[in-house]
Amino acid sequence: MRPIRLLDTSAFRLTLIYLGLFGVSALTLLGYLYFATAGFMTRQTEETIQAEIAGLAEQYRTQGLPRLRQVIDQRSAAQPHRASIYLLTDPGGRWVAGNIDRWPDAQPGEDGWLTFPVTVEPDGIEPENRRAIAQSFRLAGAYRLLVGREVEDRLELQTRIKQALSWGVGFTLLLGLAGGLLMSRGLLRRVDGINRTTERIMKGDLSQRIALNSSRGDEFDQLASNLNAMLEQIERLLNGMRQVTDNIAHDLRTPLNRMRSRIEVALLGDDGESSEALRPVLEQTLNDAETMIGTFNALLDIARAEAGSERAAFEKVELTPLVRDVVDLYRPLAEDKGQTIDVAIESDAVVDANRHLLAQALANLLDNAVKYTPEGGRISLTVSEGPAISVADSGPGIPEGQRGKVLQRFVRLDETRATPGNGLGLSLVAAVARLHGAKLVLEDNQPGLRVRLDFQGGSRQIEDEPSRSQTPPAKALRDLRQKARA
Amino acid sequence: MHVLLIEDDVDAADYLKKGLKESGHQVEHAADGKTGLIKAAAEAFDVLVVDRMLPGLDGLSLVQHLRATGNATPVLFLSALGEVDDRVKGLRAGGDDYLVKPYAFAELLARVETLGRRPQSQPVATTLRIADLEMDLLGRKVTRGERVIDLQTKEFQLLEVLMRHAGQVMTRTMLLEKVWDYHFDPQTNVIDVHISRLRQKIDRDFDLPLIHTVRGAGYCLRAPDQAS
Repeated sequence: MRPIRLLDTSAFRLTLIYLGLFGVSALTLLGYLYFATAGFMTRQTEETIQAEIAGLAEQYRTQGLPRLRQVIDQRSAAQPHRASIYLLTDPGGRWVAGNIDRWPDAQPGEDGWLTFPVTVEPDGIEPENRRAIAQSFRLAGAYRLLVGREVEDRLELQTRIKQALSWGVGFTLLLGLAGGLLMSRGLLRRVDGINRTTERIMKGDLSQRIALNSSRGDEFDQLASNLNAMLEQIERLLNGMRQVTDNIAHDLRTPLNRMRSRIEVALLGDDGESSEALRPVLEQTLNDAETMIGTFNALLDIARAEAGSERAAFEKVELTPLVRDVVDLYRPLAEDKGQTIDVAIESDAVVDANRHLLAQALANLLDNAVKYTPEGGRISLTVSEGPAISVADSGPGIPEGQRGKVLQRFVRLDETRATPGNGLGLSLVAAVARLHGAKLVLEDNQPGLRVRLDFQGGSRQIEDEPSRSQTPPAKALRDLRQKARA
Repeated sequence: MHVLLIEDDVDAADYLKKGLKESGHQVEHAADGKTGLIKAAAEAFDVLVVDRMLPGLDGLSLVQHLRATGNATPVLFLSALGEVDDRVKGLRAGGDDYLVKPYAFAELLARVETLGRRPQSQPVATTLRIADLEMDLLGRKVTRGERVIDLQTKEFQLLEVLMRHAGQVMTRTMLLEKVWDYHFDPQTNVIDVHISRLRQKIDRDFDLPLIHTVRGAGYCLRAPDQAS
């Protein structure tokens, strides 16, 4: 299976974007909520304290110290549990009035507020320390006034709110992740469907069409129907081309075939001596016709391999017996030329292949090797990891610049065309390699030629494992889901 | 041999008829599927040669109809289509052999004769014997006269196929199919070399050769007194 990096899947990226948007809006909402509740409470307390200070300062300014003491005493008496805190000190810092006995140790913060603990003795309950905030005010005559509020409950509430809000953010992000996954999976499932169909089409089944979600008619349906229209056109063109090729082949092969039959039947008949004179001519003509038909058949074999429809006949093929079979077939021919054929099996590979075409390709390679290796030469076949099959000979080899050329149809390096052959052998090997998604490599065997059929290094984009149930995006999603659960 | 040829191409049919008659067979011809089916059902034939593409009723359906009525006459399909699944479809529909156009007449003749002589039920023989050549299938031993002949695996299989079809012409393609189980056009001399190896072991030291070359067609193993 093709390795897919999680970050490369659009499902993952979509989820991240979705999560980001969701997170930002959730934070904004909850931030406002915090500002509106806990923040409001803080401001309200602070404003009350400041209003009270202003009121007390006003009392002091208009009616003097005794009145202020009186008011503070009254208010302190009304607050035995120190929910409100008052303290008035003289210029020497000594207690004058109030419900705490001395100035708290705490330093005022940057905003001028003091935060300090006060001891509270609720009725019949153990005294406890609670937090309070206060502001001080310097009165005329170096008297100092401190007014505060016990805020333990409020702070506690604020903590609760903060906790609740951070849980809220957490849940929101989690929901966002789930939502993102669901949303992107929904979208990608359809993209996936399209991908699967196109893969099947690339494997040679041109009749496949992408399913439409007819109830909606959305952008995906538009994409699908556009792709379907395109496929329609491709299929029509391909059929047209095949039709033309078939017609040409048929039109030329049929008269050739009849010619051959006629000659064959004429040779069968024995009507006197005149036919004896014609016999050699007829036999020669028959040979020529057979060569031409052979060339046509080879061309059509290549065309069929290239059309890809032979993939329908793919099966699991073990390379080792196949190689041994073809070597068995050619060994006597090689031995007659004093050549030795070595077979090295380094791997028990099984590939998805059309057995007959693969054997034919291998036979063509061996045929070439036997043909071009001098008497007493050496031919070796290797089935190696990869899997790959290579056929190496000790013949003259092919110069590097010519190696691409010999794969073309009708190209022969023997300019005089003296050796038998039609220049289609390697073209068929190349077409068969392409059909199997294998890479065909021609190398220097020093001396000689080494042809390697590499099933791994092919340029094929399509995976042929029918057992594969998870397509890459689906797999990435599954990984993500597992991560989210963890 | 009594052959029914169901082929709509008049020219091809004429030459096939002529060729089969020259080779000593009786030939009936039908130019479309329906006529072919009626003839095949009405008369007993040794072999049916059926074109895949026929007017009226196509070759596949014709053979399926025939098989459905219990008619087991061997069928050789002829087809202009050569894709692998066509061969599979043809054989699945009840065909016994399959030949892709263009074919050599000799190839068709060899296949028709092999099909026509095929025993309806293969007796389980453990020994094959042609003249003084004997093959012990269980012991995988071959003797000719008094002499034991050593054969390699493929040579043994090749000889077995030739002996099972003794007196019949086996083409190179048929030998590649039966011995190696591959369907493709072998380079002509590949099979020839195998045969010449076999000949050296079977025939070289004996007066009467058993393996004969049939020019333009293939090979035939037969006893010296058998007519060609």
